[in-house]
Amino acid sequence: MTRTRKPGVSRRATLAMMGAGAVTFATPWVARAQAKTIKVGMPTILSGRVAQLGTSSRNGVMLEVEKVNAAGGLAGRQVEMVIRDSKGQPQEAARVSRELVNTDGCELLIDAEASSGAFAVHEVARDLGVLCLHTNSETSALTADPKQHIPNAFRTARQGVHDSIVGGSYAAAIAKAKGLKKWATCSPDYAYGRDTTGEYVTYLKRFAPDVEIISESWPKLFQPDYTEVVTKILQAKPQALYSCLWGGDLTSYIDQANIYALFSQMEVFAVNMADYTALTVVKNLPKGIHSGNRYIKTYPATSENAAWGDAYKAKYNEYPTNWSWENATAIMLLAEASKKANSVDGKKIAEALRGLKIKSPFGADGTVTMRAEDQTLVGYAIGWGTTIPQEPYVPQVQAGDWKTIFELEAEWKKTKGYT
Amino acid sequence: MDLDALTGCLASSACLVTQTTSGFIIGMLLFLVAVGLTLIFGVLKVVNFSHGAFYMFGAYFAMTAYQYTGSFALAMLCGAAGTALLGLIFERVFMSRVYGSDVLMQLLVCYAFVLIFDDVVRMIWGQEFKSMGMPAAFQVAPLFIAGGVVPPYYLLLIGVALVAAVILGLGLARTRIGKVIRAAAHNPGMVSALGINTGLIYGGVFALGGMLAGLAGALAAPVRSLTPGMGFSVLIESFIVTVIGGMGSILGALIGAILIGMIRSFGSLGFPLFTEGLMYLFMVIVLVSRPTGLFGKEVA
Repeated sequence: MTRTRKPGVSRRATLAMMGAGAVTFATPWVARAQAKTIKVGMPTILSGRVAQLGTSSRNGVMLEVEKVNAAGGLAGRQVEMVIRDSKGQPQEAARVSRELVNTDGCELLIDAEASSGAFAVHEVARDLGVLCLHTNSETSALTADPKQHIPNAFRTARQGVHDSIVGGSYAAAIAKAKGLKKWATCSPDYAYGRDTTGEYVTYLKRFAPDVEIISESWPKLFQPDYTEVVTKILQAKPQALYSCLWGGDLTSYIDQANIYALFSQMEVFAVNMADYTALTVVKNLPKGIHSGNRYIKTYPATSENAAWGDAYKAKYNEYPTNWSWENATAIMLLAEASKKANSVDGKKIAEALRGLKIKSPFGADGTVTMRAEDQTLVGYAIGWGTTIPQEPYVPQVQAGDWKTIFELEAEWKKTKGYT
Repeated sequence: MDLDALTGCLASSACLVTQTTSGFIIGMLLFLVAVGLTLIFGVLKVVNFSHGAFYMFGAYFAMTAYQYTGSFALAMLCGAAGTALLGLIFERVFMSRVYGSDVLMQLLVCYAFVLIFDDVVRMIWGQEFKSMGMPAAFQVAPLFIAGGVVPPYYLLLIGVALVAAVILGLGLARTRIGKVIRAAAHNPGMVSALGINTGLIYGGVFALGGMLAGLAGALAAPVRSLTPGMGFSVLIESFIVTVIGGMGSILGALIGAILIGMIRSFGSLGFPLFTEGLMYLFMVIVLVSRPTGLFGKEVA
C-alpha cells in the first residue's frame, strides 16, 4: 500500500509553524524573565537605640546598589533591595529573613544584624540554603567555628579576633610604656561583647604578661543606666579600662562616665569609639581615648576612601559608619562575584566569592579578600589611635599588620579547637 | 558572685558613699516615673502602660528646648510642662473613654499608644539616637565626700526628686486639692455628688503623673542617649518599684525606688552577673510575704 500525500499543510510544516509560534510568543517572556529584577533581602535594625547603625547599613548598601544597577545590574538583572526592620531582636530577625525568602521571593540575603541577630539569620540561611552575606556581626565564632560553617554564608564584616590582635598588641605597648598593670573591662553582655573582650584580654596579656584584670562589668545590651557600672569601676581603681560598648550604649556610657571624671582617672581603650556614630553624637568627647578605626574617612589615608566617605556624606548628609562600609563591601563583592560567575545563582556566586580579591577603598593595601577557608573578609584596614574632640577625630592611626594577624589568628584557631 | 568586693565596699567609707549615692541616683529617677504610675493607679484605677512614653517625651522636649535656648532650667521646665500638657490631652481624649473597662482593654489601648508615641517620636526627631549633652555648669570635677565620688549633677537630680516627693506628699496630705484627690480615689461617686468635677481631677492627676515622668526624662536627658522606645525599660523597672512599694502608695514608690537603686548599686559589686535577677528576686520575696506590696492596702 502506498501513501499518497494529501493536499494542504504537511505535518512537518505544522510543527515548524507551531515551533515558530511558540518561540515568537515565548520571546517576550524569556526577555522579561531575563530583565526581571533580582530581589535581595536585608533584615537590619531600623528601630531602637542602634537604629542609626541599621540605617547606615541600608545607606551603605543603597549607595553601591545604585552603582551596580547603573552598570547593568547583577548578570544583567537590576538589583531590588527589600529591607525590613528586625528591631534588633533575634527571633524577629529570623522571622523577617524567612519571610523575605519565602514570601517576598528574595534570592539572596544580606544579613545586616548585630551578632545578637546574626546567629539567628545564619540558621535560617542554613535551613533555606540561600546565599547569605553577614555584614555587621564581628563575633569571631560566626565564621571561625567549623560547627557554624555552611557553604552559603559569608562575612564581609570585621572580625573580633582581628581587632583584638591589633588592639591587644597596641594596648600592650602602651601598658608597658606607662606601667598599666591593673585593668578593668566593661562590655555588653552578649556574644560579641563576651568574645571580643576575651580575645582582647588574651592578646593584651600575651604581649604584656604583667597585666591583671581586676574588675569585669557586663551591662546588658541597650541598658539605659550605667551608673552602677561606672561606680563599680571607680571602686576597683584600675589604671586602664577596656570596653567594646558601641552605638547609643557607648554614648550613654561616655556621658555618664564623664560626670564621674572617669576618663581622667584611667587610660581608656574603647574599640568602637572611632566611628562617626559615636564621635559626632557625644557632645563632650573626652580627649585621648584609644580606639580602633571603625569608619573614618581619613583612615586608610587614601583618596579612594576619602572620596567614598564624601560621596556618602553628599548623598545622606552624614558620615558613614563602620556598618556602612561593611555593607557596601557586601555589594561590591556580590557584583564582582556575579560578574565572575556570569550568573545570579546563589551557588555559582558562592563559588566565585571563595578567595575573591577586589579593589576596595577600605583595604589596608587597596584590596580586600574573601578568604576561602572560612568565608570571611580579610585585608581590610585595621589600626588604633587616640581621639581628639574635633575632625579628623583620630589624627594618627597605627596600622595593624596582617601578617601578624594571620599568624596569631591561626594559633588562636588551634587553641579554640577550630582547626 | 563576688562577696569579697561587697564586704570590702561595706567596710570602706569611700565606697559606701559612692555606691549609696549611685543607689539614690538610680532610685530617684525611678521614683519620679513610678510615683506618677502609682498616683494614676491610686486615683484613676488605671494601669497606665503607656507611662514610659511620657518619660521619653520629657527627655526629647528637654533636649529640643536646650538646643534652641541653651538654658538648662528652661529645658527642664519644657520637659515637665510639655508632658503635663500631653498627659492632660491624652487623658481627656483617649484614656477617659476606657475608665471602668476591662483591665485587658486598658492595657491594649495603652500598649497601642506606646507604639504610636514611639512612631511619633521617630517622625519628629528621627530614629537615630540623640544626645543632649551635659550643660557647661555641670561639666565640673566630681565632689569627693569621705573619699567617695559624687557628681554635682547627680546631687541636683536627687535633690529635685526629693523636693518633688515632699511637695507631692504634703500636697496630698495637707491641701484641699490633695484631700479632694484622695476622696476621689476612695469614693468618686460621692465626690461627684458633692458637685466636684471628677473629670477635672482625673485629668489633673494624669497630667501630674505625666509631668513627673517627663521631669525624670528631662533630668536623664543629659546623661542618657535618647531614642524612640527609651521609655520601655524604665517603665518595667517602675512597675517593679510600684509593685514592691504597693500600687497606689506614694511612700511605697519612694521606698521601693530607693531599695531598687541600692540593690542595683551594691548588687553590681557583690553579684555582678545577677544584678537584674536580684531585683526580680526581691520583688518575688516582697510579693510572697506581702502580696499588696510594702505599703499597699488590702482591697476589700
